[in-house]
Amino acid sequence: MSWFKRVKEGITTSTEDKKSVPDGLWHKCPRCKKAVTTAEHEANQFVCPGCNYHDKIGSKEYFELLFDESNYTELFANIYPTDPLEFKDTKDYKSRLADSQKKSGMTDAMRVGTGTIQSFPIVIACMDFNFIGGSMGSVMGEKIARAIDYGRENKMPVMVISKSGGARMMEAAFSLMQMAKTSAKLALLAKDGIPYISLLTDPTTGGVTASFAMLGDFNIAEPEALIGFAGPRVIRETIGKDLPKGFQSSEFLLEHGFVDMIVNRTNLRSQLGQLLSLLANKPLVKPEVE
Amino acid sequence: MAYFDFEKPIEELELQLENIKKTADKNKLDLTASVFELQEKIEKAKQDIYSNLTGWQRVQISRHTDRPYTLDYVEHVFTDFIEMHGDRNVKDDKAMIGGIARIGDQSVMVIGHQKGRNTKQRQMRNFGMANPEGYRKALRLMKLAEKFNMPIITLIDTPGASPGLEAEERGQGEAIAKNLLEMSVLKVPVICVVIGEGASGGALGIGIGDRVMMLENTWYSVISPESCSSILWRSWEHKEKAAEALKLTAKDMLKNGLIDGVIPEPLGGAHNNPEKMYQTLKDSLQNMIADLSKLSCEKLIETRIGKFSKMGSYTEL
Ligand SMILES: [Zn+2]
Repeated sequence: MSWFKRVKEGITTSTEDKKSVPDGLWHKCPRCKKAVTTAEHEANQFVCPGCNYHDKIGSKEYFELLFDESNYTELFANIYPTDPLEFKDTKDYKSRLADSQKKSGMTDAMRVGTGTIQSFPIVIACMDFNFIGGSMGSVMGEKIARAIDYGRENKMPVMVISKSGGARMMEAAFSLMQMAKTSAKLALLAKDGIPYISLLTDPTTGGVTASFAMLGDFNIAEPEALIGFAGPRVIRETIGKDLPKGFQSSEFLLEHGFVDMIVNRTNLRSQLGQLLSLLANKPLVKPEVE
Repeated sequence: MAYFDFEKPIEELELQLENIKKTADKNKLDLTASVFELQEKIEKAKQDIYSNLTGWQRVQISRHTDRPYTLDYVEHVFTDFIEMHGDRNVKDDKAMIGGIARIGDQSVMVIGHQKGRNTKQRQMRNFGMANPEGYRKALRLMKLAEKFNMPIITLIDTPGASPGLEAEERGQGEAIAKNLLEMSVLKVPVICVVIGEGASGGALGIGIGDRVMMLENTWYSVISPESCSSILWRSWEHKEKAAEALKLTAKDMLKNGLIDGVIPEPLGGAHNNPEKMYQTLKDSLQNMIADLSKLSCEKLIETRIGKFSKMGSYTEL
């Protein structure tokens, strides 16, 4: 508990008996430094009870949080990345992929799941930031495309959860064309009149923002996420001065008219249930008891 | 004419040729044979150099300040151009131009990024980096073309979409995204040609077409070699390596199935013989319009979406 001892006296935590919790089971908020048990942190959807900081979570956590009884079927799990350009910078892309796969246990930076939210069927494609920064390569493009096809075939709403630095440079123009591919597929989904929900989480930038992430019938953002096309560093270098506070935040995008609403992760499931029930023109079957 | 480093042998031979011509004039000598020999050497040197260009060398040619820009093609390939302005919302973006024109006897909508040739023009054109209103103006013109059943031709030449406070405030990402979606379902033929630089989303934002072509000495990728170098190698020094790694040349892009064709440039690049370049592009555009006009709008859209849907490289186990 060495790091925990350094926390100032008087810090409030919702835990009654800190001493009974073994080492390593504490989570300290990277922003306000408030400490809670990892169990509490997880129960609160990885949101800090002190300052509402939304910790980055992956597809598994989102699926378990959103789907009824945390029950879902993973789709298209056997699509693997290749190295079409035999790309090599300081390291070759093949070993980058192998390392990331080993570390994360995933094939690439996206998983697709289908199930129900408050009894309404939905297919969700969700990014994993811990796999090469959630960067968009061919696998991500193909999985989103197939999720959209699946939504069209089964007449169910499609949702994409974005958490990505943008394009995957090691797939160069292949990566760029995933923007075209996913947007074209969304045009077909729109023609069928099937709802598309885009959830923008921290961070959502680059080619992801300039394609499917901004094309939602409903653009929903988590609080205080970084959302933008150009990265803050590039803009700062271009204009030669510091960026205003809150620039490119979810709140900034709401103010400028590019997201419909900001939803706390702890309310996300019930908000989506309500939205899906309205879109289906059906009552909410089970009022949420959480 | 400014020479690139890799054109040194050509520059030296051309200097020799000039000197021989001067000597012949001054001394009233008949040096026809030597002149002829040198001219052949120059031609051969050009062929050698230009058939073996590296990615970075093509990037340099694509940025040559004497290369024809969008408005040069508009003037020499098309007739009766009427320029249209504004996105009907915020302002007129001078980095993105467009209007109605004729190619042969066919009315078309021409849209393209516009760079500037001198400092003042470069500022006015924002170095060919469009803002959201530029992409929205482009889409407005494309929807007009659809309404009046005119083929659309876009000319791509940008170092990227403009990064800045106002661009973000007005939704650069949304503007480009919307174009990708809307262009994929346009009911008229869409032909896109990279005439210089094709950088990232800023290029793709007017780049969804039934035919996506690249002039021989242009580049198209997800990022410029310089930025790629600074991110992956953490230094600007590796731009040559980055240019190779990105496989950004027309030849590579065609090989990877990411574009539909390469339009040859005159020997030495488009700027060496603009007239020839205009004629080649005009012929190519007219052929493509003729081919695409045979297709129904349903077939056009189906084929266009089908083409982009197939792009990518992955395995399924
Ligand atoms: Zn906190």
